[in-house]
Amino acid sequence: MGDEPLVRWNWVRSHLGYLRGLLVDHAEISLLPVLIGLLIAVPLGLLCTRYGRLYQPLAALFNVIYALPALAVFVVLIPYTGLATQATVMIPLTCYALAVLLPTTVDGLRAVPEPVRQAATALGYGPWRRLAAVELPAAVPYLMAGLRVAAVSSISLASVGALVGRGGLGYLFMDGFQRTFPTPIVAGIVLVAALALVTDAVLLLARRLLAPWARREAVGR
Amino acid sequence: MNVFSWLSDFFGSADRQHGPDSIVHRITEHLVFSGEALGWAVLIAVPLGLLLGYTGKAAGLVTALSGAARALPTLGLVTLAVLLAGVGETAVLVPLVALAAPVLLVAACEGVRSTDPELRDAARGIGLTHRQVLLQVCVPWALPALLAGLRTAAVQVIATATVAAYVGLGGLGRYVVDGLATQDFAQTFGGALLVVLLAVATQVLFALLLRFALPAGLRRPRG
Repeated sequence: MGDEPLVRWNWVRSHLGYLRGLLVDHAEISLLPVLIGLLIAVPLGLLCTRYGRLYQPLAALFNVIYALPALAVFVVLIPYTGLATQATVMIPLTCYALAVLLPTTVDGLRAVPEPVRQAATALGYGPWRRLAAVELPAAVPYLMAGLRVAAVSSISLASVGALVGRGGLGYLFMDGFQRTFPTPIVAGIVLVAALALVTDAVLLLARRLLAPWARREAVGR
Repeated sequence: MNVFSWLSDFFGSADRQHGPDSIVHRITEHLVFSGEALGWAVLIAVPLGLLLGYTGKAAGLVTALSGAARALPTLGLVTLAVLLAGVGETAVLVPLVALAAPVLLVAACEGVRSTDPELRDAARGIGLTHRQVLLQVCVPWALPALLAGLRTAAVQVIATATVAAYVGLGGLGRYVVDGLATQDFAQTFGGALLVVLLAVATQVLFALLLRFALPAGLRRPRG
């Protein structure tokens, strides 16, 4: 590498617009899947608490999906979704998010103590109102813990998508590596970590606002 | 869809039966540096985690740090390490250890911390030293959590080790990366399938280990 410094600040200064573009792309391909995962996980979690037998096989399935290497899944999807498309990267990331969020949703919904449930029924709450007013709010701290894990790993995993042509900030790693130029790599690592930490902080804040009673950390994965 | 012809191309090719590009050789490479990374991570993180968990100091810091470590992109760390240290084992070991160590640290720390306090007090009460309490009470108690952490770490390392091929190292990722570079999707697809199988096999192996290797008294249902 010779005399090349770890960071060339003038490169960073002259590429601010480029970096911002990659950051936005990265946020989109990594966080949208988490949102979609959440939209699927909540109804699916409700189904699982209603029909208890559904949960074990589904949990096992998502456990296996969670173990699949991201790069391999991206590659396996290419014949169906094409090279360098958003779908190739976002479908696996959605599955990973779902694999984290389904167990946390189910744990959250099951965390409502039976006396509380009965009290709500005794107060005349129908099943839907009880769900909206009692059970879902009780699941919020669990969901938030799951969301934090899912979002942070999704942000970190999305950069591998660069190897199949769509990885937001992941490009910087390939670019820097191919040119033996560490500045883009360092910039990429810092931006990925910063995006993850900011997202985590926002979710933490959201939990404080949505579930102010839950001071204690709910256990994630 | 020509997926099946790709697979028969891939697994039928003579190059993949013998020699340096053979499937057996690539799997061995993959397992060797995954295993080395995991070994280093265990050596560094587990004793530290047990100690921090037992003293209860800095437990919050451990969780926060491991959350931050999760945010580090392995591809970035691998490419940077290669530029700084040159192509070689160290370059891939450092990022993989960085991936596995936080998981193990948290598992060890939380496992020990979750020891029933009454059990700890009782052990102290019958005259055990701190060292004995840690080794004879807390460590066995933490064993299921530790094994679960080891499983997560192992699966993550095996999955991520694929990325090492991008910087010119061996392992199953070679097929994926070389195939992508030459638009040889049979090779890419076959390699990806092998990585998936290896990761799932690891997951299953650890699930069995978790079920059968624990002392009877420790087999309690876990969520």
